[in-house]
Amino acid sequence: MHSLSAFFIGVLFGIGLIVSGMTDPFKVIGFLDLAGAWDPSLAFVMGGAVVVGLFAFRLASKRTAAFLGGAMQVPAARHIDRRLVLGSLTFGAGWGLAGFCPGPALVALGAGYDKAVVFVLAMLAGMALFEIAERVLHGRSR
Amino acid sequence: MIDWTVFTPWSALAGGIVIGTAASLLLLVNGRIAGISGILGGLLRPMAGDVAWRAAFIGGLVFSPALYALVERLPAATIEAGYPLLVLAGLLVGAGTRYGSGCTSGHGVCGLSRLSPRALVATVAFMAAGFVTVFVVRHLLP
Repeated sequence: MHSLSAFFIGVLFGIGLIVSGMTDPFKVIGFLDLAGAWDPSLAFVMGGAVVVGLFAFRLASKRTAAFLGGAMQVPAARHIDRRLVLGSLTFGAGWGLAGFCPGPALVALGAGYDKAVVFVLAMLAGMALFEIAERVLHGRSR
Repeated sequence: MIDWTVFTPWSALAGGIVIGTAASLLLLVNGRIAGISGILGGLLRPMAGDVAWRAAFIGGLVFSPALYALVERLPAATIEAGYPLLVLAGLLVGAGTRYGSGCTSGHGVCGLSRLSPRALVATVAFMAAGFVTVFVVRHLLP
């Protein structure tokens, strides 16, 4: 049941990305190009999503279990540290280079773009490198 | 300067609302945060009972363009980056999102919806890095 709902919610999320324009790297880079012909559209994507999300997270904070059962798994981390900032800066640099962040890249892969396949494979490799580095450096195997 | 010819506030807002709705549903129905990099990265660190919903959500994202195309023509994506740049960008996005514990969806949409200061710092960091990267690539290097 959890998987079935996750699948349909994934489809809905993907359709939202397509409608919003986020799946077109040219448009994403147009948003990030403040000094050029700036396209502010993507600020409206995040704005629209957050307005809806505000209600959901307020509602969720009053619940202890999800509708399908099981605990609400909301992150507990509150600290602002070097990992958060350096990781986000690294992500932002990659985002600016190609115009893809993880969600839109997966949708573009589904739409059949060869370049999105290459990007997603490299992204998975980056994630795997992170996992390996974590295990080697910190001996973590959560 | 804003380029009004490419500005699409309504479709951006509509897509954002759909994305926010999907993130809200995953939270309330499944009790999970719709952070794409976290959902995907969790598959590289598989734990019993935690794989199926992740794979189903990612499957939904990848499948979404096929479903969208049944109703409406898919908008074209323009991917200007060449293959070497896509590989570099993918590695940075993959490693950066895992090191920083989130991407545009987890920090940008869900985190800001929870009014998390941690997510705000991450969002400012990846946006700033994106702005600077595009400025360097488009205006300083050529």
